[in-house]
Amino acid sequence: MFATSLIVFRETLEAALFIGIIAAATRGVARRSAWIAAGVLAGVLGALALAAGMERISAWADGVGQDLLNVAILSVALAMLAWHCVWVSTHGREMAQAARQIGQSAAQTDGALWALAVAVALTVLREGAETVLFVSGLLSGESTGLAALVGAVLSGLAAGVLVGLVMYLGLARVQARHLFSVTNALVLLLAGSLASQLAKALVQAGLLDWGSAPLWDGSSLLANESALGTFLHALMGYDASPSALQLGFYAGAIALVMLATRSVQRRAAVLAR
Amino acid sequence: MKTSSVCAKLMPLAFVLLGAFAVNAAVAADFELALTIKDHRFEPREPVVPANQRVRLTVHNQDSTPEEFESKVLGREKIIPGGAKAVIFVGPLKPGRYPFVGEFNEATAQGVLVVQ
Repeated sequence: MFATSLIVFRETLEAALFIGIIAAATRGVARRSAWIAAGVLAGVLGALALAAGMERISAWADGVGQDLLNVAILSVALAMLAWHCVWVSTHGREMAQAARQIGQSAAQTDGALWALAVAVALTVLREGAETVLFVSGLLSGESTGLAALVGAVLSGLAAGVLVGLVMYLGLARVQARHLFSVTNALVLLLAGSLASQLAKALVQAGLLDWGSAPLWDGSSLLANESALGTFLHALMGYDASPSALQLGFYAGAIALVMLATRSVQRRAAVLAR
Repeated sequence: MKTSSVCAKLMPLAFVLLGAFAVNAAVAADFELALTIKDHRFEPREPVVPANQRVRLTVHNQDSTPEEFESKVLGREKIIPGGAKAVIFVGPLKPGRYPFVGEFNEATAQGVLVVQ
């Protein structure tokens, strides 16, 4: 049963850390809890639907339908994070100033919060569908007691959520004036992580094959399946043996988002003059 | 907003990437390998494939329960629903032994891709 718990924990961890970081990045933003909750709910419902249709999806496109769907999900999630980074870089400051003038208590508004909600929904969808399939397989498979199974699944889920919560509470201790840059950096790393996974999915689907060989094997230093490796994978896309393509996508996504942010900021500054 | 012009700048890049995919799909000649999963075991357990050639791996899950094909060294991870087939591209690889497992039944679902 411990193995069951561990698998559910691993699947939950990535989504939970993602949500923890997004929640911390939007502290003090009006109606952010409602948006994030809506994202999680949509993700869970989507995961159930996706798991139910997985057999059909697997057969699409000569057996790589699942990977194509993964590519689409990762691309949209990445675009959403990028969009939010760009939006916040200009409006965030204006909103903060406006709020300060009106009074400290005024909640900030975030016009790109929907983008984060979509990214949350897609992350929950991806990780959730795997969990649902795994658990449904156990239910229909071996004759393990139902109570033990439910216990194992719930404890894995709870452990994953707990790590996300610890992440959120840890970020909540960061001083207010540093919080924005810290969470911004973490969101950038999440974007890099999504991009790296996107590179993998493209290769797995057979759409790309250059630069797909692992550049090095760091498994002896820090293995993917170790506790720290699993955590760092969920947090920033750590991979013990990354390919050139993955590294390129990782660095490329971060550079593109930073570049877009800068250029929009510069234009906003010119317009304001 | 100004972001629309950023998007416009990225469009050509998207087309170049799409073009690269199309060319890639046309040129590729892949080594075909078929694996089955039955009673949570892979068959064959140690398939042999040629080095430096991309492999089109078809996994047929003949069990009624889903399985997740996973290989940390190959960086592959894919769910295969019960009774379904899935295709996974791997390589081109250097000669060596590349272990893989069925993550949902790791006790029995073990295999090694032997690249020669």
